[in-house]
Amino acid sequence: MKYAFFPGCVSRGGCPELYPAAKLICERLNIELQEMPGASCTGAGVLQEKNEFLGDALNARTFAMAEALGIQIMTICSTCQGVMSQANRRMKKNPEYLSKINVELAEEGLEYKGTADPKHLLWIIIEDYGLDKLETLITKPLAGIRLAPFYGCYLVRPTEALDFADNPERLTSLERLIETLGATVVDFSGKTRCCGFPILTINEKNSMAMVGKHTAEAKDLGADAMITPCPLCHLNLDAFQPRASAQAQRSIDLPIIHMPQAIGLAMGISPKDMGLQRHIVSTKPLITKLGVPAG
Amino acid sequence: MDVTFKIKRYDPEVENPESYWQDYTVTLDDSSTILDGLIKIREEVDGTLSLRCSCRSSICGSCAMRINGHAGLACKTQARLATDENNVIILEPAGVMPVVKDLVVDFDIFWSKIMAVDPYLKPEGPEPEAEYIASNEAMLHLSEVTACIMCGSCVSDCTVMEVDPTFLGPAALAKAYRFTADPRDGDAKGLSRDRLEALNEASGMWDCTRCGECVQACPKGVAPMDRIMALREQAINSGFDNTLGARHAEAFADSVEHSGQLDELRLVPNTVGMTNLPVLLNMAPEALRAFTHGKLPPIIHKKIENADRVKKLFRRVEDPDRK
Repeated sequence: MKYAFFPGCVSRGGCPELYPAAKLICERLNIELQEMPGASCTGAGVLQEKNEFLGDALNARTFAMAEALGIQIMTICSTCQGVMSQANRRMKKNPEYLSKINVELAEEGLEYKGTADPKHLLWIIIEDYGLDKLETLITKPLAGIRLAPFYGCYLVRPTEALDFADNPERLTSLERLIETLGATVVDFSGKTRCCGFPILTINEKNSMAMVGKHTAEAKDLGADAMITPCPLCHLNLDAFQPRASAQAQRSIDLPIIHMPQAIGLAMGISPKDMGLQRHIVSTKPLITKLGVPAG
Repeated sequence: MDVTFKIKRYDPEVENPESYWQDYTVTLDDSSTILDGLIKIREEVDGTLSLRCSCRSSICGSCAMRINGHAGLACKTQARLATDENNVIILEPAGVMPVVKDLVVDFDIFWSKIMAVDPYLKPEGPEPEAEYIASNEAMLHLSEVTACIMCGSCVSDCTVMEVDPTFLGPAALAKAYRFTADPRDGDAKGLSRDRLEALNEASGMWDCTRCGECVQACPKGVAPMDRIMALREQAINSGFDNTLGARHAEAFADSVEHSGQLDELRLVPNTVGMTNLPVLLNMAPEALRAFTHGKLPPIIHKKIENADRVKKLFRRVEDPDRK
């Protein structure tokens, strides 16, 4: 199995523990990754506020690079995934729009033929790799650990762009992964809601209210940690949890784990190699409960 | 087909009213809608169950409620497709708006937001001699947003309104776009400056998180969030670019234009202003914690390979002479 790896900006920026964790588990899973050093940011939906055509052209450029490599794209970020899926849908359902974009790409000798099908690592594990196969690699099941899933908006909506009709398993993919890792799912109403990150600099109070609401709900339902396939959610839920906790005037202290980190831990990789020491909300109670040495 | 409706009920007239769950099992045809089931319950099983409904064909917008956790029209959803493996459907009143009784909610907040955006044409300048003329193309563009039936599904599931009732919300902002994008509204060029200026204020277009709940919930394809994004583009292009939201979008685009990727370290200072010390100091605890945990974004921001090609793409697409 080989994919064109699109790690996104945040996995190497604000959440630098994610990129090496994802690479390490892919190596263990025998998923070969080819980087695309010339691929740009997806625009994250922010650039699209200013100019949607430009955002779509940037993504078409990345899709054309993957087509030239003859492989499909793998993302490790709900936002990258959703923005790419939405751009891809607009181009695929409107050939005239795609040809307008290709006029721009032609300037640097690229053409997007419309065959890209970018997939998040979560979907790849379930749809292409197989949970059965993953299960055979679990040497340290997360038994007794209660994990609350937090998807990230862009990985669950709008379902049309994300092809949920043809891939209904995507709706519960994170819960099924949690079960495969041997942990217990903590189902809660916030799991597909918004973390508030996009409005952090615009309306901090609302953004923190969202972080507080979701983390507190999961905590009160007995979660040991929250697991997310989105590094942007992670930034808000982890790095800004102390601020949200202060605003909500209550303690929360819920560790937020990147999806690949949980897979790595269940495969027996050390918490240190998964970068758990780099989190803002301490992961030590979780590591103690897991019963593994931190290093 | 036997279907069990698990309904969240609430009666304001009992002493110490509290919501509770009640199950009803009824036999339905394969083609029955959820509304068919609810009407059957009300008429044959329990006359005290309250709900709103009228047209039964997704035109009147009365029967919006949460179906298995997400807003939708009871009359537009087939029961067969909403059941779980035990043939159960979970029904709750719409969110955000206060519950009056059972599945009936108080729409005051919904209507107050709609009224706040002046939902009528406001042409400026002298009246034309004959009628106002709008092109077919302009009206076709508006046909999706004018399909709104005011059912409140988008408001029910809005993640911002859930925490902040002052937010104008998806229905009202989509309604506002219906006028800002109407060539008859605003000045001679169809530019609705006053509207855009007002919508630029706090609790307006920039408070949306882009979570997509409203797009998913809307039963008529209005896609309110897409209209909010279009409002943002209109605002920036009309010179209303001195808001945190607009500057955030500009700073983000600048970073991608010059390096091909996001410079996270400089995004906040570039948005709020390098010399805006109070705001920058406000974020200092998080920056310090990130530093001590080895996760401050790189001080020296790297460019992607051939970043100049991305810059050229920006220049070509954004060249004003081409438009």
